[in-house]
Amino acid sequence: MDQLLQHLLNALILGGTYALLGIGLTLIFGIMRVVNFTHGELYALGAYMVYFFAMVLGVNFFLALVVAVLIGIAVGGLIELVLLRGLRDASIDTTMLVMIGAWIIMQNSEQLAWSGVAKSIVPPFPQEPLVLGPVSVSWTRVFVFVVAALLIVGTHLLIQRTRLGKAMRATFQDRDTAALMGVNINAVYTATFALGSGLAAAAGALLGPVFVVTPTMGNLAALKAFAIVILGGLGNIKGATAGGFILAFAEEIGAGYVSSGYRDAMGFLLIIIVLLFRPTGLFARAERVG
Amino acid sequence: MIDLLRWLWLAFLLSVPIWLGDQYYLHILITTGIFTIAAMSLNLLLGFTGQLSLGHVAFFGIGAYTSALLSLGFDLELAEGYTFVLAPKPVWFAFLCGVLVAGFFGWVIGKISFKVRGAYFVIVTISFAEVVRLVALNWVDLTEGPMALSNIPPFTLAVPGLWEQTLYRKAPNYYLMLAIAILSYLIVRRLVLSRTGRAMIALRENEPLATSVGIDVTRYLVLAAVVSAAMAGAAGGLYAHYVRIVDPDVFLFIYTVTMVIMVITGGKGTLAGPVVGGLFFGILPVLLRTIAEPEAQWIIYGVFMIVIVYFLPDGIVPAVRGWVESLQSGRPTPEPAALTGTAAAERKAD
Repeated sequence: MDQLLQHLLNALILGGTYALLGIGLTLIFGIMRVVNFTHGELYALGAYMVYFFAMVLGVNFFLALVVAVLIGIAVGGLIELVLLRGLRDASIDTTMLVMIGAWIIMQNSEQLAWSGVAKSIVPPFPQEPLVLGPVSVSWTRVFVFVVAALLIVGTHLLIQRTRLGKAMRATFQDRDTAALMGVNINAVYTATFALGSGLAAAAGALLGPVFVVTPTMGNLAALKAFAIVILGGLGNIKGATAGGFILAFAEEIGAGYVSSGYRDAMGFLLIIIVLLFRPTGLFARAERVG
Repeated sequence: MIDLLRWLWLAFLLSVPIWLGDQYYLHILITTGIFTIAAMSLNLLLGFTGQLSLGHVAFFGIGAYTSALLSLGFDLELAEGYTFVLAPKPVWFAFLCGVLVAGFFGWVIGKISFKVRGAYFVIVTISFAEVVRLVALNWVDLTEGPMALSNIPPFTLAVPGLWEQTLYRKAPNYYLMLAIAILSYLIVRRLVLSRTGRAMIALRENEPLATSVGIDVTRYLVLAAVVSAAMAGAAGGLYAHYVRIVDPDVFLFIYTVTMVIMVITGGKGTLAGPVVGGLFFGILPVLLRTIAEPEAQWIIYGVFMIVIVYFLPDGIVPAVRGWVESLQSGRPTPEPAALTGTAAAERKAD
């Protein structure tokens, strides 16, 4: 029983960052109809930027987190401007191929810049874990969960309560009508991609200190983000949040009670099963932004 | 004219081991050929039915593992006290089984994943490849996991009772690869130029319309998936018995991406496209090897992919064909519409 509680707690904490990853990806797909293969690389970028600022330059850890997310946002905006703006009306397969190209370029640049050796980030938290009755959890993970939760709520508020969010929702519903009503579509697209990229970078920056930082860490992250988004239904933010937690629970339970080697396979099995029975995701009826 | 060129090209391919003394270059050509077979099989799905399947490497790997395991033999403890033992089988038999098993998985995945389209389809196929990779990595009793299957026996050519040769050397392996590549090309060509192929192209161009004139969409898609998977399995089997070691890295997504780049660059939906793209990206690393590190090579691949999609979206083969036609007619031809362009071109090739 205690073991189960511990698994559930771990899953809850991991689920927060998974949800961040998923929300970023689903936002981009929902509004722009782009399957973002660079998502995992932006996640890796976030982790590397924290490593670079906090461990190499010796900047304060919390400041390094903020800078990493800002860099993620900037790189995301740049990708949108340079690669995607010219492909506004292209088919989804075309943009997918371009994003695969960008993914290869980014991953190998990371490998060139940082070499293949894994890096670790030492967070400024006490070493001894927080003990809550039968279960315990490290302070780093508590911090990761709190920040992830704040970012999820923040993104939700941004989309529901701000002018930009309103423009995003309008573009999602009908791009051409939104443009006719005076929404600057190009600005909305760039902002969406930058926001989604920032969320991916944030997830990487938060998980960097929990795991180790490697150039290929983005691959699995991207595949998991796809799994989360499929679970929730493409373009569905609440679905992606739920999907993040579902995937985390499936992985924890699978690793704890089935086989730890198949931990990473859980998500993909979930996708295949979900698509067999609910081809448009678990929360299909509510496919809209918000 | 076209026929003459075709025979010259074939003679050239056949003559390569005679004048190419360097075994390293021959090795590059063999692996290039194997990847070209895989690219041709992907083209059947990607080019002719228009489904972007990004899990194609799974079939390549399944073919490689099945063929390797059957030729090596294995024992597997199915239940307490009961062990299933399989004695090593002849390589040809193992190879054919690999093709069949890959085809069977193509059927299963086709049945499952063609329920969805677009982004969903892409992600299901990626997930499938990733699950297979994790199984190969973790089912150590069967696959040896990361320790890899090694000492896989090479192919043997034999006339029963008279003569036998085991293909250790490069040149016979080259001819074997060439034979299977030509066979694969002919199968794709036969399929694409048939009624079935026209049905596939029709549903690529306009699925609702194709359905409305009575084309059974799922049936044709699954058929394409089975043929394509079996062919990729054949490429995998060739690879296993040529390189003679197989590890779970054969399932990496990056190999699917390599095949996709080959098909897109050469020209998806054309018969010659994957061959041109395969040769191009098979030989390019050799040229780049002296001047750039592997990472830089991949960066160049990535740039290529983006540049091709932006400036040559149909690929090299249709571009060259358009250029030759405009030379022949003496005036610039208008961009042919996708359907008429491909169909007309294929008919001309016939």
